[in-house]
This record gives sequence, C-alpha cells and structure tokens, in this order.
Amino acid sequence: MKKFINRVDDVLTESLNGFGLSHGDILKIYLNPNFITRADKSKKGKVSLISGGGSGHEPLHGGFVGYGMLDAACPGQIFTSPTPDQMISASEAVDNGGGILFIVKNYSGDLMNFEMASEMLGIENMTVLVNDDVAVEDSSFTTGRRGVAGTMIVEKIVGSAAEAGASLVECKELGDHTNKMTASMGVAFTSCTVPAAGKPTFEIAHDEMEIGVGIHGEPGRKREKTKRADEITRDLVDTILEDLKPDNNAEVLLHINGFGGTPLMELYLLFNSAAKELEKNKVKISRSLVGNYTTSLEMAGASITLCKLDDKILHHWDSPVHTAALRWGM
Amino acid sequence: MNSEMIIQILREVQKVYEANASEIEKLDQAIGDGDHVINMRRGMKAILEIGEELGSLKPGSALNKIGMTLLSSIGGAAGPLFASLFMGMAKVPGSDDIDNSKTVAKMFSSGVELVKQRGKADVGDKTMLDVLIPVSNLFSKLVEADDLSKNEMLEQLMAEAERGMLSTKDIVATKGRASYLGERARGHIDPGAKSCQLIIFTICNYLMNRGQNK
Repeated sequence: MKKFINRVDDVLTESLNGFGLSHGDILKIYLNPNFITRADKSKKGKVSLISGGGSGHEPLHGGFVGYGMLDAACPGQIFTSPTPDQMISASEAVDNGGGILFIVKNYSGDLMNFEMASEMLGIENMTVLVNDDVAVEDSSFTTGRRGVAGTMIVEKIVGSAAEAGASLVECKELGDHTNKMTASMGVAFTSCTVPAAGKPTFEIAHDEMEIGVGIHGEPGRKREKTKRADEITRDLVDTILEDLKPDNNAEVLLHINGFGGTPLMELYLLFNSAAKELEKNKVKISRSLVGNYTTSLEMAGASITLCKLDDKILHHWDSPVHTAALRWGM
Repeated sequence: MNSEMIIQILREVQKVYEANASEIEKLDQAIGDGDHVINMRRGMKAILEIGEELGSLKPGSALNKIGMTLLSSIGGAAGPLFASLFMGMAKVPGSDDIDNSKTVAKMFSSGVELVKQRGKADVGDKTMLDVLIPVSNLFSKLVEADDLSKNEMLEQLMAEAERGMLSTKDIVATKGRASYLGERARGHIDPGAKSCQLIIFTICNYLMNRGQNK
C-alpha cells in the first residue's frame, strides 16, 4: 500500500483538518463527533440539508457543504456509514427552525444510522433516500438500488430550493422527484485499498472490468474482459435509458464521474462516447458535469449519470452555488 | 451476573475475536466490503475504554451504555444492529438485577427482537440473525424446560450457533451489501453471522469454565 499517511488511525482526522484549513472561507470542521458545517449559518427559517456517508468518496459529501447545497455533512470512517451522534450534533449545530432534511444513500448501514438519528433527534426532520444505481435490481427481496453519483445532483437541486425558501415537505418532494429522474451506472478497472485494511478490497485481473460496480468496490452485475470505450459506454447508457425511459428529444444532464484513479482525459473521452450514444437515442444533452465528484479512493473507473431535466430541476441546477467542489453563479 | 462479569466476558470476546480476525476478514472480503473486522475492533476498543465506568453501573444500565457506545463507534450496519442487541437486552424489566437464566433468556430474546426490527431481516436472509434467532429460540425453550445442567445447556446453545452460522453458506443474501452479489454470494458464510457465532461461543465457553451458576 503506497498512500500519503502518517498513522492509519489518523487518516480521517488529518484529512478533515486539511479540508477545513484549505476551505476556511466556506466551511468549518468539528471533531468527535465528526461533522462539517458551513462557515456561516444560513438564514432563519431555511430548511437545513444534511447528508453523510462513509469517507473515501471525496468530495462527496463535505465538498458540497456551502451556499446553495448542504448545510452540513457527516463523514463516517472510510466506506462506513456515520453514526447517529454525528447526525444529531450536526442537526443541532445547523438548525434554523425550518426543519432538517437528511439526504441518505440507500445502503443498509446508512439507512439504519440515519433512521436512529431521526428517531432520537428532537427537531422536525424528513429523509430523502437516493437510489440511482441501476446496476442493482430493485426488488423488495433485496436491499435495493444503491445511492451513487446521482446523490450530488439531488443535493444540488434540493439545496437550491431550500435556499429559495421551499418548505421541508417541498424539499422532501423535490428530492424524491429528482431521485426518480436520475439514474447511474459504473464500471471499475481496478480495486481500491482501504488504509486500515492495507490490501485491495477485491481482486481483478489486469484485463477484466467489473460492470455495475458500487462506490465501495463492491461487485456489480458481471465481470467481463475489458473492451472499447464506446462499447462499455453503450452498455452503461443503454441500461440507464432502459430505466429512465426518456421521451424523444428529452433534455438531460449528463454527468461523467471518475472514481478517483482515472484521468480526466479518459473521462472526457467517455463523455464523447456517451454523447454519440445519446444522440443515437434522440436524447439531448442540455447540461454536463465531468470530473471526480463521487469517488472510491483510488479505484480506476467511472460512472455515467443521467438526470432528466424539467423546468424545475433545470432552474435549480443553474442557480448559484458556492461549495468546495462545485461553484458557479457567485 | 454483575457488571464486572460482563466486562470480563467482553475482554475474553475481544481476545478470541482477535485470534479469528483474519478468518472473518476473508469472509467479509468475499461478499462484503472488507471493513467488518475493522469496525468491530473499533467498537470493542470503545467499550473497553469505558470499562471502569461500566463496572460501576448495574448490569442493565451497563448493557444500555454498551449499546450506546457501540452505536456511536462502530458505524455501518453493524453499529445499529449490535447496539440494538444490547439496548434491547437492557429494556427488559429486571435486567439491572439478573437473578436467573430465565431473565437472561428473556433479555437475549428482547435484544434479538430489536435487531430484527432495526435490520428488517429474519432467518434466511444470510445475516447475523441466522445465528441470533435460532439461539434465542433454543435458549428460551431450554430455560422453560429446565431439565438440563448449565453446561449441557451451554453446549446446546454453542452447537445451535454453529449450525446457524454454517446455514448462511448456502443462502443467497437478500439484505446488506452481500445482496448485490446475487447468486455469487452462495457458498460463502456471512461474516456477521460468523462474528455472532464466535461471540456466543466465547460467552458460553467462559460461563462453562466458571463454576458459578449464571
């Protein structure tokens, strides 16, 4: 394992400290319990948005704390969901009297910890569950689809609505709606190494890829030999379109997300492949986002996310945002 | 049973768990995401750090404190689930003043029930409940029948835990991260079930080697 580490046990704390030091104008770091808030409290009566999840997906979620997106983020241990005391402390710190909206990725651990926080919290709260990963069959017999790169889109859209004064119920409904309009699927070429484990999470041959991989290096649909970027993209885009069923000439946001170990050059190449595939399917790309936004440590690979745009989602996507990882309009 | 004994048992559990850590880690890397042992270790460390405070509490309060400590230290799915097990045990009236194995069985059953509710899972989902539910059911049955010696009863519970753990091998997971694997999860023992079996084995073994009645 070759990583920038002093002591394995200090990786999370030291990384959070550095994050706080480098973005002091936007956010504030709290330790024990760990959470990140905006540097300045948002306005009175505004719904407070809180997300969280295991660390190792940076910039998700801390990188999206700031004006127009989250009020707070709760980072868990690497690939391990945060604990209820973190969500409760974060809620108490950022509550503006408008209630708390938790944005949670659909994993058993995240779900249970946020559920317990919600039950123990003395502040009115609701939860939006994100499950955009179409690689996993959604069935009542399984944990269901996972929350992956589409989560940041939900955070952006709801964040903008909350800033504009939407109520807790309106924010919750818009979050659920955005989640339904969003679908993602990823592919990994390599595994990643959790520092405390010291060895790769899974084995994969040099000429193989995991189609439908999760953002923790957990397996997806199938293991295959690597193939041309256009063919991989077709697999992913077709599965996503099957799920979203966009109308002819529907407008979408296309998000190409790197998992941490794939250069931007390849991500743009993927965007090119996806654009061709979407054109063939008569889907119009109206907005785009390319980069490492929901990572899996140093895993090589990428995911493709499509979000169908309606006037509301488009408006909230374009509105000003000022966070460590996403900034425009201000 | 008193709080001092609970702490002694926890120390023993930590020792045995460490000895088996690499085996459980392998199970988790096969069908989970490889952090189960790291998380369990963090939880056990957090409990042992407040050992002194626990020793000063009555058993029920100590179990509740253990649950709350696990809840804020483990994270992941294991955190709320193991926390629920301890918090559920503490909920039973009389848990502060445990006088016989009937109370212990009632407490265990209450803890397992809370795990079931929190995890929305049952026997056959390839989880820790494949160990906990059968052991809890047998435990209640045995204390009700009341015709076995303490050691005979403990032996049966250990065997039941082992059976439950092994039963997860042939199941396709429907809960948690292993559920994403579909058929690929078949043939692997569930790491959470293995952890529970190991903990139950250690507790039973500890009680067997003590003359005192529990």
